[in-house]
Amino acid sequence: MEKNQAEKTINIKINNIAAKAKEGQSILEATKEIGVNIPTLCYLKGMNEIGACRICIVEVKGTKNLVASCVTPVEEGMEILTNSPRVKASRKTTLELLLSTHRKDCLSCVRSGECELQALCKQFGVEDENRYKGAMPKYRQDCSTLHLIRDNSKCILCRRCEAACKNQHVAVIGANNRGFDTQIGCAFEKDLNEVPCISCGQCIVNCPTGALRERDSCGAVMEAINNPQKVVVVHTAPSIRVSLGESFGLNIGANVKGKMVSALRRLGFDKVFDTDFGADMTIVEEANEFVNRIKNNGTLPMITSCCPGWVKFCEHYYPELLENLSTCKSPQQMLGAIIKTWYAEKHNLDAKNIVVVSVMPCTAKKFEIAREYQSAAGSPDTDYTLTTRELVRMIKSACIDFKNLADEDFDPLLGVSTGAGTIFGTTGGVMEAALRTASDILSGGPQRNIEYKEIRGTDAIKEATYKIGGENIKVAVVSGLSNAVKILDKVKAGECEYHFIEVMSCPGGCVNGGGQPIQPSGVRNFADLKATRAKGLYEEDKNLPLRKSHENPTIKVIYETFLGEPCSRQAHKILHTKYTKRSKF
Amino acid sequence: MYSVLVCGGTGCTSSGSQKIIDTLQDEIKKHELEGTVNVVKTGCFGLCELGPIMIVYPGGYFYSQVNPENIPEIVQKHLVSGEPAKKLLSKDTISGDKITSLYDTPFYKKQMRVALKNCGVICPENIEEYIAMDGYFALNKVLTELTPMDVIETIKGSGLRGRGGGGFLTGEKWELAAKEKSKQKYVCCNADEGDPGAFMDRSLLEGDPHVVLEAMAIAGYAIGASQGYIYVRAEYPVAVHRLQIALRQAYEYGLLGKDILSSGFDFDLEIRLGAGAFVCGEETALMASIEGKRGEPRPRPPFPTLRGLFGAPTVLNNVETYANVPKIILNGADWFSSIGTERSKGTKVFALGGKINRTGLVEIPMGTTLREIVEEIGGGIPDGKKFKAAQTGGPSGGCIPQSHLDIKMDYDNLLEIGSMIGSGGLIIMDESTCMVDIAKFFLEFTVDESCGKCTPCRVGTKRLLEMLQDISEGKATMEKLAEMEDLCHYIEETSLCGLGQTAPNPVLSTLRYFREEYIEHIEEHRCRAGVCKAMTKYAIDPQKCVGCSACSKVCPVNAISGEVGRKFKIDPAKCIKCGACYKTCKFNAITKE
Repeated sequence: MEKNQAEKTINIKINNIAAKAKEGQSILEATKEIGVNIPTLCYLKGMNEIGACRICIVEVKGTKNLVASCVTPVEEGMEILTNSPRVKASRKTTLELLLSTHRKDCLSCVRSGECELQALCKQFGVEDENRYKGAMPKYRQDCSTLHLIRDNSKCILCRRCEAACKNQHVAVIGANNRGFDTQIGCAFEKDLNEVPCISCGQCIVNCPTGALRERDSCGAVMEAINNPQKVVVVHTAPSIRVSLGESFGLNIGANVKGKMVSALRRLGFDKVFDTDFGADMTIVEEANEFVNRIKNNGTLPMITSCCPGWVKFCEHYYPELLENLSTCKSPQQMLGAIIKTWYAEKHNLDAKNIVVVSVMPCTAKKFEIAREYQSAAGSPDTDYTLTTRELVRMIKSACIDFKNLADEDFDPLLGVSTGAGTIFGTTGGVMEAALRTASDILSGGPQRNIEYKEIRGTDAIKEATYKIGGENIKVAVVSGLSNAVKILDKVKAGECEYHFIEVMSCPGGCVNGGGQPIQPSGVRNFADLKATRAKGLYEEDKNLPLRKSHENPTIKVIYETFLGEPCSRQAHKILHTKYTKRSKF
Repeated sequence: MYSVLVCGGTGCTSSGSQKIIDTLQDEIKKHELEGTVNVVKTGCFGLCELGPIMIVYPGGYFYSQVNPENIPEIVQKHLVSGEPAKKLLSKDTISGDKITSLYDTPFYKKQMRVALKNCGVICPENIEEYIAMDGYFALNKVLTELTPMDVIETIKGSGLRGRGGGGFLTGEKWELAAKEKSKQKYVCCNADEGDPGAFMDRSLLEGDPHVVLEAMAIAGYAIGASQGYIYVRAEYPVAVHRLQIALRQAYEYGLLGKDILSSGFDFDLEIRLGAGAFVCGEETALMASIEGKRGEPRPRPPFPTLRGLFGAPTVLNNVETYANVPKIILNGADWFSSIGTERSKGTKVFALGGKINRTGLVEIPMGTTLREIVEEIGGGIPDGKKFKAAQTGGPSGGCIPQSHLDIKMDYDNLLEIGSMIGSGGLIIMDESTCMVDIAKFFLEFTVDESCGKCTPCRVGTKRLLEMLQDISEGKATMEKLAEMEDLCHYIEETSLCGLGQTAPNPVLSTLRYFREEYIEHIEEHRCRAGVCKAMTKYAIDPQKCVGCSACSKVCPVNAISGEVGRKFKIDPAKCIKCGACYKTCKFNAITKE
């Protein structure tokens, strides 16, 4: 919908009640403002405005047909009925038709209770068996990747996944065939692992039904927990603490760190650590790598490498920029590597008996743990990675009363972290954390200013120049890959003077990651998920005693007793990695 | 000096007109007539039923269903001796001793050729023949004498409405696009004709491609566009080939490209091939397809005149609409608006087909009655059968029953009775047609051609078809019939684009006029036309059966038993109703009901 420059107010009538609306606004938005919701399925604001599902239809006086409220702008004098018998009957029929091609295993479906189709069917009184029973299309399943499973028998062809993928500048999925045989898939019906999918999982978080879900590792993790031979260590990414609570009825962005730690103990994990520690470690290595590049005329701009979706994107689409990628492993992998080397040694454990489980806001992490050059102790740095959603399922199936848990703290040593690690979970956080450390290094001592507000917030592209140690350091922060492309093309063309770029593949960073709790479109379209979750992280950072990664006491010990200097040979062996050029086709 | 016109349209080409041209040229050489006989390969004459077709001028002698073996005789008699080969002339042109011109035959007499003016008259591959018929004169007039606003006013004044189905006023559309301020605008031609049995646009492109080019340049001038695209289906190879030739020639003559006729007006034109998806005839889907995207419609507004191809203001018209434009410019708005009815001006081309004696392409003034088309132009129903209904508008249209045979064919009249002009398909049905089956046929087409984007069309039409199938198989109830009607209305009012919105029309219009047939299928399990297989019963009339055993020999499932010389019998439990016995029996002993 086009935004009008000058917002003119117009008069309309909604359900016979006079109302004001902004010119250019959709009927859906105008109706929302007077406290009436119109159900949607395919509509994603600014991303998928295609008017395809027809669930949001309304009656407009003087119009023969019903109109899709998501894509129809209001007009002066428009009289709209959103709840007439005709509208309700039409919505019910739409749902019945969708249901007639839908595999209904609602009792066991992973999305049961959080399925948008299910919710609407209940709302409009649609029964399980309906009058439109008939032939079912021949559905495809795609289980080819490590991170997701597509089950088209539950797909309602809202095309939200397609839009999300396109929004990521990846666009490897779309509609194949036509009419009743239409199905979402890759070009030429290839499997997803044969196309340059980056595993970001944005398709999953935007799916209204159970057609898309992450590959589940809960069973394997529970098996490890139940194996007395194994020491099962879990650590949780920064953004999990501000999203997990949503699945237990708490507010969006509520910080549930303490309850989360309690729940993990109750699930039977032997040690509960904080990925924030890994983030601190990453910052120390990455900031030093950056300083080295600056001092030794290394490849610039340096680009962050902690987002596995972005790394895979770079490998497929910008292989010429792989030299620019920091060689640092991600926090998840650094922490895993430290657990299996330093921690194992310290506690006299055999790395083979340690099972490292991470809880991540991310599906690309499932790809990352299987990458090459990610096995410091000879076995994978991380054994299993769970998305936030999988952790929710584990907690629920263990009958843990999450909401009423008392707060507990992470285990010592690797549960210790700084505010710099915490803000990793949002766009701009990695850059800010790195600048806090780099600034201390380049200036030769602790700096007072540690808040880099110019690079905070959910803007897609943020740029700033900071004077650090006498140098003007130009940085860029970008999230969402279609935004990243704008910057990357400039880098490729040699048209920009950035020193350091942070890229997060998911719009808004990990708080909006592909592994996070799924909020229905009705919430996503009207609430700023990214900003609300990020707010929780900045608040935690503000209240922590330590806010610079290099001040993390455990990290100091590890360098003193185990790694030597940052970016040393030993550090490289354990904490750095290599990349692979991948083809686009 | 003779001109011999041989039809090179798709119909006549299929029935061997190229062979005729080759033989003709051999014979001409043999008789050393090269200097005095001019052979022209034209576009479609319209009388496809009688192809291959050949006309000899002067005189307009009309040879139909010409065989290459007849050529030596025609050349010898007509071109050498000057006497028409009477016994090879079309019977329609002979009354007693008199030989009439093709254009005085019943098929042509009631027609009025405006859009098809040059089809079957000129060689479509020769720009000079087009120019000789006043071709590009309109463009010249527009560029040298008229302002863009004048052009739009003329088109508006003519009352020309879109011939592709929608019937939107062409001049108004142009005006909307002209008003938009934009650096880039586009003019597009919809040549993605896809209704089953319709071939108006194909014949036009094959017979007179330059008229479309000329009209598009005029539209470009009127709205301020310098680029145009013709979106034509790849299944029309002859049309594409002739368009390519026409484009090349128009560029060579400076009638396209930069600074046309030294007017300072630039207009470039390109062809884009469609892959044959019916939905790409819908304007927004067509533009998506030109843009290289999946051919799917998008919601309107914004309409293409505001945001069309590549987001720029775009005018899209159908081939036949364009074909009228140069004539309106040259003859004036008043001339055009004097033809037709109150709100439907000009003529309309129909592809006449089905159970009718003379199938082919006909162009009639708007307001001609259906009866005139069927009985006079089409020559009535074959085999003495009765007219049952006419289907117009293809899969989006509806059926016109006998009670409306005197309807004046125009946009509004047809809409009023539940059908539509559509793009001009006109299929005549006789009493051997089952209306449930007809509805099923058109719906099958739409189900196949739905793009799958919106729910009502993707799933709704499929379920509708399944309900129709149940009716035709005797599995439905009256309750289901009511549900089916509800579903029709739901699809109509909820679908995203015109394809879905009109998809139930064939069902609704047959229900409107032939409801009793639906009820017979449901309650009596009877198909009066004997078309619905599940309801057909074959039996052997013992009075007529001679015991020859022919029927039992052709039966693929051994459902017929008996001894030679005695009466044979069909086992209804085994019979698959293929009708093989019915066709085989020489004694009419097999009954079908």
